[in-house]
Amino acid sequence: MSLSAPSAHPVVHLEGVGRVFDSTPPVEALKATDLVIYPGEYVAIVGPSGSGKSTLLHLLGLLDSPTSGTYWLDGIDTSTLSEPERAGLRGSKVGFVFQSFHLLAHRTTVENVALAELYSSQSRSDRTERATAALERVGLGHRLDAFPTTLSGGERQRVAVARALVASPSLVLADEPTGNLDSMTTDAVLSMFADLHASGITLAVITHDAEVAERAQRQISIRDGVVTSL
Amino acid sequence: MTELDSPKPETPEASDEAEAPELIEPYNSVRRSSLSFRDLFTETTISLTARPARTLLTALGTILGVAALVATLGLAGTAGNQILTRFDELVATQVTVEPESGFFSGPNSRTISVIPFDADDRLQRLNGVVSAGTISDVDVGGALASSVPVDDPLGQNEVQVPVVATSAGLFAAARAQVLTGRTFDVGHDQRADPVAVLGPGAARRLNVTQTANAPAIFVGDQPLVIVGILADVRRKPELLNAIIIPNGIARDRFGLSAPSEVLIETEVGAAELIEAQAPTALYPNAPDRLDADAPPTPTRARNSVQTDVNSLFLVLGAISLVVGAIGIANVTLVSVLERTGEIGLRRALGGTRRHIALQFLTESAALGTIAGILGTSLGILTVVIVSATREWTPVLNPGLPLVAPFLGSLIGLVAGTYPAWKAANLEPIAALRGAE
Repeated sequence: MSLSAPSAHPVVHLEGVGRVFDSTPPVEALKATDLVIYPGEYVAIVGPSGSGKSTLLHLLGLLDSPTSGTYWLDGIDTSTLSEPERAGLRGSKVGFVFQSFHLLAHRTTVENVALAELYSSQSRSDRTERATAALERVGLGHRLDAFPTTLSGGERQRVAVARALVASPSLVLADEPTGNLDSMTTDAVLSMFADLHASGITLAVITHDAEVAERAQRQISIRDGVVTSL
Repeated sequence: MTELDSPKPETPEASDEAEAPELIEPYNSVRRSSLSFRDLFTETTISLTARPARTLLTALGTILGVAALVATLGLAGTAGNQILTRFDELVATQVTVEPESGFFSGPNSRTISVIPFDADDRLQRLNGVVSAGTISDVDVGGALASSVPVDDPLGQNEVQVPVVATSAGLFAAARAQVLTGRTFDVGHDQRADPVAVLGPGAARRLNVTQTANAPAIFVGDQPLVIVGILADVRRKPELLNAIIIPNGIARDRFGLSAPSEVLIETEVGAAELIEAQAPTALYPNAPDRLDADAPPTPTRARNSVQTDVNSLFLVLGAISLVVGAIGIANVTLVSVLERTGEIGLRRALGGTRRHIALQFLTESAALGTIAGILGTSLGILTVVIVSATREWTPVLNPGLPLVAPFLGSLIGLVAGTYPAWKAANLEPIAALRGAE
């Protein structure tokens, strides 16, 4: 399902989305933004710290609600959803990859990956199977029962990617995915992202690193809460 | 599988279809986030077993608190029963009657006693009386007692010994044991024979060791023939050091006007009845001028013993439970701070605030339950060990081991409330970025 053509229905569709934080004085972290990401796109969101990247990531990942505008994720108007529905949508449609991996230390890689489906109503018996498949997809099929502490940084990030993929999300959000990695492993992870992109995954990578951004198909810049396409 | 949040049926939303009519069906459905009981249980088990030593230390306060409570209640019940059996022997079968205080005939007078000298006979007729006797201190006017009639200028052979007048029945009522000789009888009393029985202490002081040749002593210038020496008494320990004479001679020579106290031994369980009947039997004209005193009944004794022991140790147990709860709350709060990353991750993976709160509450409640079970076991073990070393019969309310573990659960639940609320209100991205 490599639908990279703009004719397909967008995965992410922001219309006038803004976020104002209630403080004194109120902070307009994200000014009214229109943004469309189509299925299969590989988008990099670039900007310095304090530019509103995190706010955008919160909103895209359904971890926060906009104070203005409408956000359709996969055609679903997220502003009308209840908290359990938003959480359910987040669990099923969005895969997260974090800078610091966030693997649970006392669980094996396969358990860490299977955790992604804990809050979905997927059957328990298939979870391990799907987790194993996801780990094989990122090339870690031989380290299913290893604990995160015994893995290298690159391997850990691959486990995190497998965890993001296991629920077959519509959108994979990566928040500074290479921030904790050296240049060699950065390169490996970026190659993996390219492979994922090639296999039809919709990817949004948030980074301040121009080199990482360059590997994306499309770059979006964010500065002082204003989003501009490059 | 039971669902905490029942999944919403996969119904496409009408408004979205209007916006995106061409959309493929499965992409357009919203499944509510859910967490099954079984998954919650598994997550809790993994969390608690990941660091077993820490889990145990966290639970330690609650374990000790529950153990203290169970041991307190168990030991109070056990000890209460033991004390009760000791009471049965003597105190529970004893009734004493004294003149009602407050009747004065004049400024220099003592309470006028209305106890008759035939108290033994009057009381023996009551059903439930085993034995009864009167006892009165005899005022000998400071006269000294000696075992020889002549003054020996070289040795001090005159000693001050209290003199007590009793009826013949008192020896039985006081459960006196005779070392040698005999006690005086009703005949001695009626004839006002000058006889005496010595308590063991008095015998030692007067150097009387045997009664075979009917030794005599003098109280002032009144000779008394010693008929017996006591070995011990179970009631009225003042008899041990006294010269005991019959009421007859006391009336005749020492001016005893009336007995000052009656001691009654009753059948087991009859003490309260005799307490009510004795004044009437002794002085029918005005029974309220006599004051009968029975010991607290056995049940009352047990209750008061338990109340005393319980209220002290229950307070201690409650304090340790509060300390235990604070311990769990403290460590859970610390672990919320340690696990901010995990909490953020769970939120990102589709967990709601409720799921996070539920997870931490379940963890602390499970911890409390484990602590409750361990504490209960420890408490029962304490009761059994203490009972074994004291040769007591352990007595335990059977409901206690069933209820006590839930006390632990409750403590865990209460202690986990604030940390769970704290965890549920963490901002996911802040949590995800803050950790590591």
